[in-house]
Amino acid sequence: MQLVALISVLFIGGLVAWLAERRNHDWPKWVSLITILLSALLMIPLFSLEPTSVPLGAATSQWLLVYEAPWIPRFGISFLLGMDGLSLLMVALTLFLGLVALASSWNEIDHQPGFFQFNLMWTLAGVTGVFVALDLFLFFFFWEVMLIPMYFLIAIWGHENKAYASMKFFLFTQISGLFMLLSILAFVFAAADLTGNFTFNYFDLVGLNLDPDLAWWLMLGFFVAFVVKLPGFPFHTWLPDAHTQAPTAASVLLAGILLKTGAYGLIRFTVPLFPEAAMEIAQVAMLLGAIGVVYGAIMAFAQDDFKRLVAYSSVSHMGFVLIGIFAWRELTLQGSVMQMVAHGLSTAALFMIAGALQHRLHTRDVSEMGGLWKDMPRMGAIAMFFIIASLGMPGLGNFVGEFMILMGTFQVNVPITVFASLGLIVAAVYSLVAMQRVFQGAPTADRNLQDFDLREVATMVLMMLGLVYLGVHPQPVFDMVEPALTSLYQLTGPMHEWVGAAR
Amino acid sequence: MSDQQLVAILPHILLSALILIQMMVIAFARNLVTTVVISIIALVLTGLAFIPVHSLIPIVVTPLIVLDGYAIFYSGLILMSATAVTLMAYDYFKDREERQDEFFMLLLLATLGALILVCSSHFASLILGLELLGVSLYTMISYPRKGLLTLEAALKYLILSGVSSTFILFGAALIYAISGSLGFAELATIGSAENGTGELFLTAGSALIFGGIMFKLSLTPFHMWTPDVYEGAPAPVTAFVATVSKGAIFAISLRLFTSSGLIETSSILTGLSIVAILSMLAGNLLALKQDNVKRILAYSSIAHLGYLMVAFIAAGMVGGGMVGGKVLAFEASSYFLFAYFITTLGAFGVVTIVSLRDHEKDAGDISNYEGLFWHRPLLAIMFTLTLLSLAGIPLTVGFIGKFYIFTAGVTTTLWLLLLTVIAGSGIGLFYYLRIIFAMTKRTDASVSEIEIPLAGGCAVAAISAAMLLFGIYPAPVINLINNLIA
Repeated sequence: MQLVALISVLFIGGLVAWLAERRNHDWPKWVSLITILLSALLMIPLFSLEPTSVPLGAATSQWLLVYEAPWIPRFGISFLLGMDGLSLLMVALTLFLGLVALASSWNEIDHQPGFFQFNLMWTLAGVTGVFVALDLFLFFFFWEVMLIPMYFLIAIWGHENKAYASMKFFLFTQISGLFMLLSILAFVFAAADLTGNFTFNYFDLVGLNLDPDLAWWLMLGFFVAFVVKLPGFPFHTWLPDAHTQAPTAASVLLAGILLKTGAYGLIRFTVPLFPEAAMEIAQVAMLLGAIGVVYGAIMAFAQDDFKRLVAYSSVSHMGFVLIGIFAWRELTLQGSVMQMVAHGLSTAALFMIAGALQHRLHTRDVSEMGGLWKDMPRMGAIAMFFIIASLGMPGLGNFVGEFMILMGTFQVNVPITVFASLGLIVAAVYSLVAMQRVFQGAPTADRNLQDFDLREVATMVLMMLGLVYLGVHPQPVFDMVEPALTSLYQLTGPMHEWVGAAR
Repeated sequence: MSDQQLVAILPHILLSALILIQMMVIAFARNLVTTVVISIIALVLTGLAFIPVHSLIPIVVTPLIVLDGYAIFYSGLILMSATAVTLMAYDYFKDREERQDEFFMLLLLATLGALILVCSSHFASLILGLELLGVSLYTMISYPRKGLLTLEAALKYLILSGVSSTFILFGAALIYAISGSLGFAELATIGSAENGTGELFLTAGSALIFGGIMFKLSLTPFHMWTPDVYEGAPAPVTAFVATVSKGAIFAISLRLFTSSGLIETSSILTGLSIVAILSMLAGNLLALKQDNVKRILAYSSIAHLGYLMVAFIAAGMVGGGMVGGKVLAFEASSYFLFAYFITTLGAFGVVTIVSLRDHEKDAGDISNYEGLFWHRPLLAIMFTLTLLSLAGIPLTVGFIGKFYIFTAGVTTTLWLLLLTVIAGSGIGLFYYLRIIFAMTKRTDASVSEIEIPLAGGCAVAAISAAMLLFGIYPAPVINLINNLIA
């Protein structure tokens, strides 16, 4: 019931925020703030819950909460929500970044603030739903629901080329989503042939003995939808456009949590539902991940648009996540989760900085910046921190994630590990060059810019603390997600031989 | 005729009687409000008259008419749409030219034709219903007779609809020549026994009939009239053509082809698949280049009928499917049509309301909708909902409709058709989102002058509410369909 409340609060909060605009132009953002704090309050007791065991295929899984209600009985579709450590972590990240997105847009939105906050809250609600839905139909439902408000955020409050960017974003995710829907239905009907009744229930569908050819195609439908969202090379092209044109708050949500739904889907659904089929595609997926890492980094280096640069760095970093998931060792899975959280924080912060720069300079073009540290020392120092974090400096969260992924993948596939490691070098190059071009050097113009104020610094410091904490003491996060990942790992077993053992 | 049979066709008798009464009232005391009130009463009473029929089904009334759950479901849909169209038409016509009362009589006549269509089990009643519907529609389309576009639309519809009726008649004649029967059910026993010349006659006959039906359903390659008629006809009439006319004809063709077994010929199924694929692609691709909302909706309806054909084909595939394929295909087409009805009514309801300002021409051009989001937010939200529903996005009933099309296709393993559905839906997003994007533009456009009328406003609001409700919680409608049809 807590889960239903959690999602409902966000949905209702969005509606209230929209209506509140009629009374006062400033009320919607306060309504949003209260909404997020309220849902965060609802989440606190979840951290101390004792897990209960639920059989999941051949393994047992640990769930903090499971809620089920009938929805469309004709097809065995139920309103099935469940939360384990992995979901809890992702939902916590969602709410935290929702708060960050709200803070980043606090004074930025003059046009229709009510509808803006409505879309913000509904995006959060949709994403939260995705992280807790365990009925495949319900999952798809939330998967699509989070798109529409995001489309509106980009299409209405976006920058100069918003029509193109929002359309591209919607098309990519929607079409790949339809492939997933087709897969889901074919899967459910194939399962009904095996078990005799319709069910979209995750627990009932895991571990079925499907025809391998069919399983491969079904897996592909899921894989495409999630890899487009991740985004994995070569399906990443919507991301730079969407990010560049989106308003700051939407960029924060997009990079921080929407991309993570793709990775979450791969971990929760693609591999566990079709382990053998996933094993067949694993090498290709890891290769795509590695190409994404290097390609994203090189493209980031070539950008003049600051937001585009950060967007391509996201492609690069999410490539590590893809590698980590398809290496499918406990170490790499934990690394992937860590990378998701750390990337969520660092990239959200970088987009917030990009947004702040655009708000002040009215340009995103790096070549028109330079020497900004002089005007805005606080922003410069903070940007330095996040640039360093993003390039993978030991002691911060991103390093832990990337290091664990590479270390685990080394046991599985050495060439891919070596290739992906190159991305770390290029990352250092483009990050530091960007820092240099924006904040260092001689000022290109005489500007009188306002530095970060208290609200912005406070938001940033929260994220900095988060990254440092993840970097020096990551164990609590691992403890949190470990039962979930272990049960999935038990279910499928290792997908690859250990390279060392094979020799 | 027994008492029970009399009760079974009571709705039709009642509606005919009320049309006569309405005609008399118009003749002696012409008053638009009275006429509309009589229309609404007639539609509601006819709907209520179906309730006692429910306990009798299935019941055969003369060889011409059969009342079963299928007929009742589609009759309900038709009456619902006719009511919504009546409300919209009242707003549309109340401030225009002087004599508008006859329009509402024609609307009731067309509705009666559609009601007869969905319960006919014989070629004679099929033609009767078809012509009653068609002839009333010619006049309805050309009702505001001063517009050039309107006349063009009416003429096109008259000629093409006439030609397609001839196709159907000739096809029926060919089938009669070989089988000696005009009832659908009798055909089933004869059809399978035929071979050689007989089979040729049957195939040619059903191909001709289907050609005629394709005209009426605006399936590619017989879709050319659709955009012109949609654009030229008054918006409420377009809504009627798009829902009642197409829905009734689809319902009867599904009944005709499945109950007579004509569909089970493999050449017919191949032909249908090609038509479905062409309609989905052509409808969606041609809509891309349009700047007129009514034309976009016309092409989108071509595509939607293409999606619907997937369920039609699934209904014809006996045996090849997985669990309960055939029942599911009927259920799927019924739900999809339900979704399509309310979505289309919602869309044309909004177009009607936006068109009220200008008596010369309906608000077709996309620029008429710019800034609607900020000046008339409720109207814009309703339109956004209908467009999202047409695009098949969750939270709206259109998504459940598309979900059903997918299930029907998956159970019968129609992979190629389903991939076309995906491609079509992808292309479709372009032009739906274009309209939504136009509505979110920041302009001081003249949309702020739009006033939302009471009758049409209530109709559109109710439709939008239904669109959300049955998109999120479709179980009641699914149960209803299962009770009536399965």
